[in-house]
Amino acid sequence: MSEVGTGSRTGVGTGTPGGVGTGAPRPDGGPKVRGEFAFSGDLWADGMLWGATLRSPHASARIRSIDVGPALAVPGVVAVVTAEDLPGSRYYGLEHRDQPVFAWEVVRYVGEPVAAVAADHPETARRALAAIVVDYEVTTPVLDAEEALVGPDLHPDGNTFRHMWVRRGDPDARGPVVVEGTYELGMQDQAFMGPEAGLARPTPDGGIDLVVSTQWLHNDRDQVAECLGLPPERVRLSLGGVGGAFGGREDVSLQVHAALLAQVTERPVKVVYSREESFLGHVHRHPARIWMRHSAEPDGRLVSFEARIVLDGGAYRSSSYHVVANAACFAAGPYVTPNAVVEGVGVRTNNPPCGAMRGFGAVQVCFAHEAQMDRLAAACDVDPVALRLTNAMASGDRLLTGQVVDGALPVAEVIRATAALPLPPAAGSEPMGRPGAAGLTTDAGDVVRATGFAVGFKNLMYAEGYDDDSHAACRLEAGLVTVTCAAAEVGQGFVTLAQQIAREVLGVDDVLLAPADTAIGSAGSTSASRQTWMSGGAVEKACREVRAEVVARVAAATGAAEADLRLRAGRVVSDGGAVPVDLSLAAVTAEEPVEASVRFQHRTTFPLDADGQGDAHVSMACAAHRAVVDVDPDLGLVRVVQVATAQDAGRVLNPTAALGQVEGGISQGVGLATMEEVVLADGAPRNASFTDYLIPTTLDVPEVVVDWVEVPEPDAPFGAKGVGEPPVISSTPAVVAAVRAATGRPLTRVPMAPAAVAGVGDAGDGEEG
Amino acid sequence: MDEVLLPTTVDELVEGRAAHPDALLLAGGTDLMVAVNAGTLPVPGVIALRAVDGLRGWRREGDEVVVGAATTYADLLAPDVADLLPGMAQASRTVGSPQIRSTGTLGGNLGTASPAGDALPVLVALGATVELRSPGGTRSLPVGELLTGPKRTALAPDEVITSARLPVARGPQQYRKVGVRNAMVISVASVALAVDVEARTVGVGLGSVGPVPLPAPDACAFAVDAVDWATGALHDPGAADRFGELAAAACSPIDDHRSTAAYRRHAVRVLAARALATACPPATGAAA
Amino acid sequence: MSGATVPTPVAPSYVLTVNGTEHGVDASWLGESLLHVLRERLGLPGSKAGCEQGECGSCSVLVDGDLVCACLVLAAAAVGTEITTVEGLADERGTFTDVQQAFVDAGAVQCGFCTPGLVVAVHDLLDRVPEPTDLEVREALSGNLCRCTGYGRVVAAVEAAVAVRTSGGAP
Repeated sequence: MSEVGTGSRTGVGTGTPGGVGTGAPRPDGGPKVRGEFAFSGDLWADGMLWGATLRSPHASARIRSIDVGPALAVPGVVAVVTAEDLPGSRYYGLEHRDQPVFAWEVVRYVGEPVAAVAADHPETARRALAAIVVDYEVTTPVLDAEEALVGPDLHPDGNTFRHMWVRRGDPDARGPVVVEGTYELGMQDQAFMGPEAGLARPTPDGGIDLVVSTQWLHNDRDQVAECLGLPPERVRLSLGGVGGAFGGREDVSLQVHAALLAQVTERPVKVVYSREESFLGHVHRHPARIWMRHSAEPDGRLVSFEARIVLDGGAYRSSSYHVVANAACFAAGPYVTPNAVVEGVGVRTNNPPCGAMRGFGAVQVCFAHEAQMDRLAAACDVDPVALRLTNAMASGDRLLTGQVVDGALPVAEVIRATAALPLPPAAGSEPMGRPGAAGLTTDAGDVVRATGFAVGFKNLMYAEGYDDDSHAACRLEAGLVTVTCAAAEVGQGFVTLAQQIAREVLGVDDVLLAPADTAIGSAGSTSASRQTWMSGGAVEKACREVRAEVVARVAAATGAAEADLRLRAGRVVSDGGAVPVDLSLAAVTAEEPVEASVRFQHRTTFPLDADGQGDAHVSMACAAHRAVVDVDPDLGLVRVVQVATAQDAGRVLNPTAALGQVEGGISQGVGLATMEEVVLADGAPRNASFTDYLIPTTLDVPEVVVDWVEVPEPDAPFGAKGVGEPPVISSTPAVVAAVRAATGRPLTRVPMAPAAVAGVGDAGDGEEG
Repeated sequence: MDEVLLPTTVDELVEGRAAHPDALLLAGGTDLMVAVNAGTLPVPGVIALRAVDGLRGWRREGDEVVVGAATTYADLLAPDVADLLPGMAQASRTVGSPQIRSTGTLGGNLGTASPAGDALPVLVALGATVELRSPGGTRSLPVGELLTGPKRTALAPDEVITSARLPVARGPQQYRKVGVRNAMVISVASVALAVDVEARTVGVGLGSVGPVPLPAPDACAFAVDAVDWATGALHDPGAADRFGELAAAACSPIDDHRSTAAYRRHAVRVLAARALATACPPATGAAA
Repeated sequence: MSGATVPTPVAPSYVLTVNGTEHGVDASWLGESLLHVLRERLGLPGSKAGCEQGECGSCSVLVDGDLVCACLVLAAAAVGTEITTVEGLADERGTFTDVQQAFVDAGAVQCGFCTPGLVVAVHDLLDRVPEPTDLEVREALSGNLCRCTGYGRVVAAVEAAVAVRTSGGAP
C-alpha cells in the first residue's frame, strides 16, 4: 500500500503542515461530532412557518379540479399554493425544463407535487394537506420502458429522452468465441441520511433568501428565479448543512416550493422532508435492462462488442440525456474494443424520475460488462483476471467513441495491484460474522467462501462540449487567508481540500473558508467527480495569483529576486539570492490586502456525432475490485467479507478522506449487489422507508483493503483525479461474481434477492445468455 | 381524553384503560410512535406503561418465568433470565438494534400482534400463556388464542396485557430468523424451537409465514419420535430435513415486497432443519 | 414555535430533564416525539431526524442510561426521566469527549448527519463494554446507519478511543 507523504508534490515548496497530501482533518469535524453543525433541517427563524407538499398518489391521472378551500379553513394554515400561484415558469429541470413545479392538468408519477401549504405547526400542515380535495381521473400508467418507446406520448416532449448509437470499427467483425447475456438492475436510491430541507425568507427588495441542502447552488438559484418570476440577483441561495447527496440533490426538490410559500406569505418558511417524502421527492438511479454480446479470439482478445442499453428515466428528464451517454460510451468497460455497436436509450415512463447517482450510467453497464468478461473467461478457459489484463486499456488507446485517452489510465496496474492485495483470514467462530449475522441463521458448516473480480471506469467531469467552470476567490489580509468558493460541501470533504490547497500554496496554517452562497460565481455541481479538479483548480489558481502578487510586492520592496522568494509558515523568506528576506505575511498585507478572483476551466470537449464518435470527455479514472464473500447457499444469504481495491487516483491529496470515499462507495456498491432497490407496484414505491429500503449496516459492510495507483493526471491540479465514483462502479459486479462462484447460479439481476441466490422459485435468478 | 396518563400501579393502569378505551396504549413505542410520527394514527390520548411499578422485569415461579409486559428485549438478554429462557434471549438478540432492544417490550410485541414480531414464535413454541387484566379481573389466554390475526388480538377494549408466563427451559432452544440484511431487519421468516427433555416434547413457532405466528404440530410430533430421549440426539441424521419439510408444510406465507411465499416456505424448511440438528445433534457426530 | 396554532389535543405543560437541566414544555401537540421537542422546542438540534421510525439511529439519546431513538419516545411520557443528548456528552461546551476526538482524528465524519447518534451509541457501548471486539462494535452500532463512510473509519475511531482509554488516557 502506497504511503502518501506530506508537503508539496508539485514544486510549490511550502511543505506546510496540513497541506496537500496530508490527512488533514475536516474543519467541520468538531461541530459535527458535538451536534453543533447546522444542517439545513436545523434552521430556524422568528415567525417561521412550516411548508408541506401534497403529492400525487397516482402514477397517471388527469386532474379535474383542485379545491384548496378546506385546507385554507384549517386553523393555523397561512397559505396554500398550486401551479396557478407561480408568477413565473411552471416548469423546472436540471438540464431541460420539462417538469412541472406543481402538476395542474396531469400527474405523471406517484409523488409528483400538486400543491403546498404553509402553516404554523408541522402537524397542522400535514392535516391541511389531507384537507385539499383533488379530483383525479385515473388513467392507465405506462410502466415498462420498452412499452413506452412504442406507445403514445406521456408528455409534449415525447417519451424518448435520448436514443443514441456508438459505432466503431467493422460492425460485422466476429471472433470465434461468443458470449451473450441480458442483465437487469433495480432502482437504487441515494438514501442520504439527511432528508431534504430548506428555509426560505422573503427579503425587503421582494426577493428570496433560501438556505438549502443542494449540490449546485447556482443552478437551483436560476430555476427558483425563473419560477418565481424574479431576476436571478434577487434570489440568493446559501448552502445549509448537507446530510449527504450522491446525486440525489442535483435536481431541485423543495427549493421552488419553499421560496414560493415565503413569497406568498411574506414570512420565513421551512420545509423538511420526512424519510418517505425524501424517497418520493428526489430522483433515483436508473433501472436498466442491458443486452450484451462479446466476441473474442480463443485467447480472449476482444474482437467485437454489441450492446443495447435501455434506461427507465421515469416521468421527467432530469439528467437522463447524459446518463444514457455515459452508459453507451463506457458500455464496454476499460477494455480495448476494436469493433463495437452500442445502442443507448433513455425512456420516459410513469415511474418515479431517475437521474444522477454516484457512478452515473457507468454503474449499470459495468455490472453487465463484467459479468460478460467472466463468461468470456470461462468460454476461453482463461483466468478472469488474466482475461482482463489481456484486454486492459491504457493511455494512448481509444475509447468506444474513438477518443484517444491522452491522460493517465492505469487499468492493468489497478488490476495487478488489486490481485496482489492480501486475502482475508478464514471465517471466525462468531455467528455475528457469518451470513445472516444478527438473525443467527447460519452455522459454520453452512458457509461457502468465494471470490469475484471486476474492473470499471468512468469519465471525470461533464462532457459533450459543456462549458464547465468554477469560480473561487482568495483574499490575504493582515496575514489571514480567506477562501471563497460556492462548491457545495455535501460530506465529501471539499472544505478540507480547499484549506489544504491554500495552506500548500500560501504556506500558512490557518485558512478561513467563507460560506458557500450565490454571491460569488458558480462552482458548478458537486457531481461527476469534478470538484477536486474544478473547484480545487479554482482555489489553487486563486491562491497562486495571491502568492504571485505577494512575491512581486516583496520583491519590489526588498529588491530580492522573485525566484528566490518562498512562502513558509506564514512568512516570506528568501531561499538563496543576494538579498535576505524574512517578512511575515501579516506585515506584507497589513496595509493593503491581496485578492484574486478567478474562473477555472478544463479543456474543451466536443459533442458526439451520429455514430457516437468524438472527443467528448475530459479524463477517465479506473479501479478494480476483488470481493471475498461468505455465502449461505441454502438460504441465499451473503456476507461480504472483504473488498480489496486498487484505484487510479492521479495523486492522493488527503489519504484519510480518500479512504473514506473508497469505503463509502464500496458500501453503496455492496448495497446495490445485495439489498438496495426501490420496489414499485403500479408505479408506486412500496418501500419508501428505512424499514424496507435497506442500506448496509455495520454488519453488512466488508473489510476494505486499499492500494492507490498514483499516476499523475497531466491536466489536473496537483495531478489528482476525483476518487468518489470508481469505488461504487465495479464493487457491485465483484460481489455478484463472488456469489456466482459460490453458488453456480447466473445471477443476472441486482440486487440479488436471497431467493435468487438460493435458487428458489422465479425470483430474478435470471436467464442464461 | 387529551393527555398522557402515566399510571404508576397496575390498578391505576387498569382503571385508566377502562376509563379511556380509545387512548393509545404506549409501551416501548417502537411500533406506535412510527405511526404517530407518520401522521397515520390519531392521538386522542395516551396511556404510557413506562412508570407502572411491577410491569417491567421477571420473576421465577416454580417451573415458570413470569415476564412483565413492559420488560424490554434488552432485559431479556441479561444472562440470568437468558439461562432460563434461552430461546427468548436468542429472539431478543435478533430484534432490531440496540436502540430498539432497549425500548421494545414483550407486551408491546403481543399487543401489536405483527406476524413478524420476533418474540411471538418463541411464545408459541413454549406454549406460553398471557395474562390480561381488566376491571372485571384477571384472565389467562394461551398466546395462540390471544393472537387472532395480523395486528389483531382477542384483547377486550378494557383489557391490558400485564405479563406472559413461560416455562423454564428444560432442554435446548433455538431461534433463527432470516432477513434481507445482516442486522436491523424485519423477519422474512423465523423459526423458534423448544425441546423439553423431561416432558419429551418439542415445540415449534413459525414467524412471518402466516397471519399469526404458527405452530407446527406435525413437525413436533415427528420430532418427538425422531429424538432418542435417552441421549437427546436424533436417531437419524436425515430426520432434521424431514422435520424441516413438516415445518414448511405448516406455513401459509404470502408474497410481498419483502420476499416471496416460496422463499419464506423454503427458509422455514432450512431454518427448522438447522434448529433441530443443532438442538439434537445426531449421535453420529456431525450435524446434517 | 411560540404562538403556533397547535393541533388539538394539546398536551398539558410538562417538564423534561435534559442534560441535567429542567426544561418546561408548554402548549405542545400531544403526539410530539422527544426528538421533535428536543429539536424544535428546546433548542437542542444535535439529535437528527433521519427517518422518524427508529431505523437510522441518528437521533440516539440516553434515557435513564438506556440507548434509545428519541423519535420513538413520546415526549410527554418521558417526564421524570434523565435524558442525555449529544450536546450533553462533553463536560463543557467547546471540549470534546475522547470518542468525539477519535471521530475527528480517524476521519469517521463525512456529511456528519449520522455522527451525533453514532457518538452517543459509541459512548453507550464503551461504558458497558470497555474493550469490545470488532464484531461487538459492529453489532452495537448496527442500528446507526451511515451512508457516507461505509463505517470503516467509524470502527477505526472506536478502536482508537478504546486504545486511548486502555492506555490510561483521558477517561
